[in-house]
Amino acid sequence: MPKISTASLPDIVFILLCFFMVSTTMRETTLIVKIRLPNATEVQKLERKSLVSFIYIGQPIKGTYGTESRIQLNDQFATVDDIQAFVATEREARDEADRRLITTSIKADRDTRMGIISDIKQELRKAGAFKINYSSRKASSHKK
Amino acid sequence: MRNKREVPEINAGSMADIAFLLLIFFLVTVTMDVDTGITRKLPPPVLDEQSIDFNQRNIFEVLVNSANMLMVEGKEGNLATLKQETKTFFLNPNNDPNLPEKKLERVELIGDVYISKGVISLKNDRGTSYEMYIKVQNELTRAFQEMRDELSTEKFGTKYDKLVDPKKQEAVQSVIPLAISEAEPEDIGKTK
Repeated sequence: MPKISTASLPDIVFILLCFFMVSTTMRETTLIVKIRLPNATEVQKLERKSLVSFIYIGQPIKGTYGTESRIQLNDQFATVDDIQAFVATEREARDEADRRLITTSIKADRDTRMGIISDIKQELRKAGAFKINYSSRKASSHKK
Repeated sequence: MRNKREVPEINAGSMADIAFLLLIFFLVTVTMDVDTGITRKLPPPVLDEQSIDFNQRNIFEVLVNSANMLMVEGKEGNLATLKQETKTFFLNPNNDPNLPEKKLERVELIGDVYISKGVISLKNDRGTSYEMYIKVQNELTRAFQEMRDELSTEKFGTKYDKLVDPKKQEAVQSVIPLAISEAEPEDIGKTK
């Protein structure tokens, strides 16, 4: 029986590897706030991930920062006043044609009070970022 | 001039194993989480304080207080019935004079149709929990989604999500717009 040549096997596997490396996006921000997303049934997928900027809201993971809900933008804590500047930089980083398609995804812990989220929404309105997405996990079926 | 000494061939048999190990490492570490959520469009900021006056019958008031309790149209509400109440309000099937007005309009691909002028006004307190807010938003979205599905099934034979033609989607959207208005924030109860 002739031996099957396995010389091209590494190449095939490398191509697979390259495909995975290109297609997956590594999460570049490390969370410093605790986020347990709320559940919802009527969720939509976020289409283009490169056009989404995230705002994280939750309790700081490290206890030394207190238990009050904080906003995280990029890699650090921020206040509501920083949001307009954040939106501006996010917009600057995108292509001119894509700027009006930017979605702001609000990833908030389910125990967050609405006060802070209302403030953020007001700032987003002022900054002109109207497309928002309340990040929530898809619940498999509707529970009563 | 030929070199007498042969260069020994490197055994590439283990190359596949190395690559497989790398591949498995990537598969394990990479999280393929898909981001999902409820999409909304914020209204542009109001410059002056004057608000557009709506006829009272066209407004469906949903209030959530700081204790996460629901008030629907002045009465204590319930998450389980909110969807149905929203639908009956918006569609006003019996032409109740207390429910929103309807206007006959011609919509492309659908024809003459009554379009409801109803608006859902959602108001929450600063102390409302995010989870409750999402639950309410979810129920409201469900109500609109079902109304769109019903209309779409009646007119085009498929559910709204399954409509391929963007023109048909637009038509359904214009008959049943996502009329959820969020009031300017108000501090009704004590936050902390």
